[in-house]
Amino acid sequence: MPLLDVRQVRGGYGESDILKGVDLAVEPGEIVVIIGPNGAGKSTLMKAVFGLVPLRFGIVAVDGEDITNAKPETHVRRGLSYVPQERNVFPSLTVQENLEMGAFARRDDWSAAMARVFEIFPPLAEKRGALAGSLSGGQRQMVAMGRALMQEPKLLMLDEPTAGLSPKFMDLIFDRVVAINRSGTAILMVEQNARQALAIAHRGYVLAMGQNRFTDTGRGILENPQVAEMFLGG
Amino acid sequence: MSGLEFVNFYLIPGLVLGCIYAISAVGLSLLFGILRFANFAHGDMMSWGGYSALVAVTFLGIGPWASIPVAIVSTVALGLLVQRLFYGRLKGANSVVLLISGFGVALMIRAILYFLFGPTEVTYGLGIQRPFVWEGFRIQWRHMYFIGTAVAIVTALHLFLTRTRTGKAMRAMSDNPDLARITGIPTDRVVTVAWVIGASLTAVAGVFLAIDTQLSPLMGFNLLLPTFAAAILGGIGKPYGAIVGGLVIGLAEEMSSLPLIDGQPLLTPAYKTGVAFAILVAVLIVRPTGIFRSPQ
Repeated sequence: MPLLDVRQVRGGYGESDILKGVDLAVEPGEIVVIIGPNGAGKSTLMKAVFGLVPLRFGIVAVDGEDITNAKPETHVRRGLSYVPQERNVFPSLTVQENLEMGAFARRDDWSAAMARVFEIFPPLAEKRGALAGSLSGGQRQMVAMGRALMQEPKLLMLDEPTAGLSPKFMDLIFDRVVAINRSGTAILMVEQNARQALAIAHRGYVLAMGQNRFTDTGRGILENPQVAEMFLGG
Repeated sequence: MSGLEFVNFYLIPGLVLGCIYAISAVGLSLLFGILRFANFAHGDMMSWGGYSALVAVTFLGIGPWASIPVAIVSTVALGLLVQRLFYGRLKGANSVVLLISGFGVALMIRAILYFLFGPTEVTYGLGIQRPFVWEGFRIQWRHMYFIGTAVAIVTALHLFLTRTRTGKAMRAMSDNPDLARITGIPTDRVVTVAWVIGASLTAVAGVFLAIDTQLSPLMGFNLLLPTFAAAILGGIGKPYGAIVGGLVIGLAEEMSSLPLIDGQPLLTPAYKTGVAFAILVAVLIVRPTGIFRSPQ
């Protein structure tokens, strides 16, 4: 049974649908990447999965349980963590406090999770007392991902985690995504750097105009001449 | 003018007024950070707190200080009711709608107070009390209690916001409510806690003001402007700024009548409230985000 199962979802913010019947599945332990041109509905799909965009039609299920249009709070309890592309840290809280907020829904001891976050992102340990708002873009992305990891999710959802970062930080984020995945966390990621993302992905989806265009393994999509021509810039 | 006169007649009254403004403005600012709109009924909720204490003084036969818990419970209940009946239902409405609904709530509360207690001014009947005097330095005991309470409130609030889970969640939600929801923070519960704290502070400010002056249905409304000036000066939504803002406005109002030139006051005391307004306008023009720098 897939960890996340999205079937034929339609919906959007206003009158017209941005998503026009999209299918998506993530199996436990997978890295799944969504690529596609601007306006394809990639970010909207992530938000809709997390209950932030209303769906008119279709089903979102986690571990076989229907959670279509459920409140974001309930997704957290079901083991989903979501990192938005922008404004993804609490700027007036310290790094440590940001991580604590990530564990808000947990009632058990989360000190091991915090130690693990500092292990994955060593710069955060040094900056734990600094305000998140004072950090660089790359460090903020680490705080945002660390915050999401604090609840030790089954599925980590990342919306363009490398957007606006320098090449050095981009490589680092991709490297960390692989490390997080190796420890057993499934990953669903929307990415502009399609080649780099597909290279680490088990499977990939190409979205265009709110619909599925191609679905294949990461390598399969990378080597597909049609995709290369249309979406990877030749 | 001697230094002692300055302390007794300008500095102490300024501090006292500043403390009342600060307590009131912290409540307003804290609620703004969570609700994302300015509660224009804040002043009238202050009056409500003052009258709640009056009811306790009259019917329970206890002193105004002992009545503060009664005022707190009553004002928190009012705040939660207003949230449930009005503001909560308007969640996501545009700011003009919320602003007008705040005015509506303010008028309703004031009308209830007029209906129940009439328009005449009343006091808690504390009578004239001997001030504390030491080497020419004099201060009313009640003023010492005001200042002491303000310090205690600020300390407690600081510890709450920086040391407790709920306090940190409140700062997080004030930073970014959407991210707070995604993170799994129960935002409805944070709103309730914000009302409990905000309304409690409002009640305390209302009782203090009524102890110091007199109670009337317009008492709180008259304090709305300096409260807003204090909150905006400190950067609205930032409780710490509101404390400083309150003290600055209180001191500025009292200092405005300092007899610096030829023994004449700079401003006739009747224009005192204009000082808060002038500061408010100046801040809005020069630094609309308040005097403190934001981390982002």
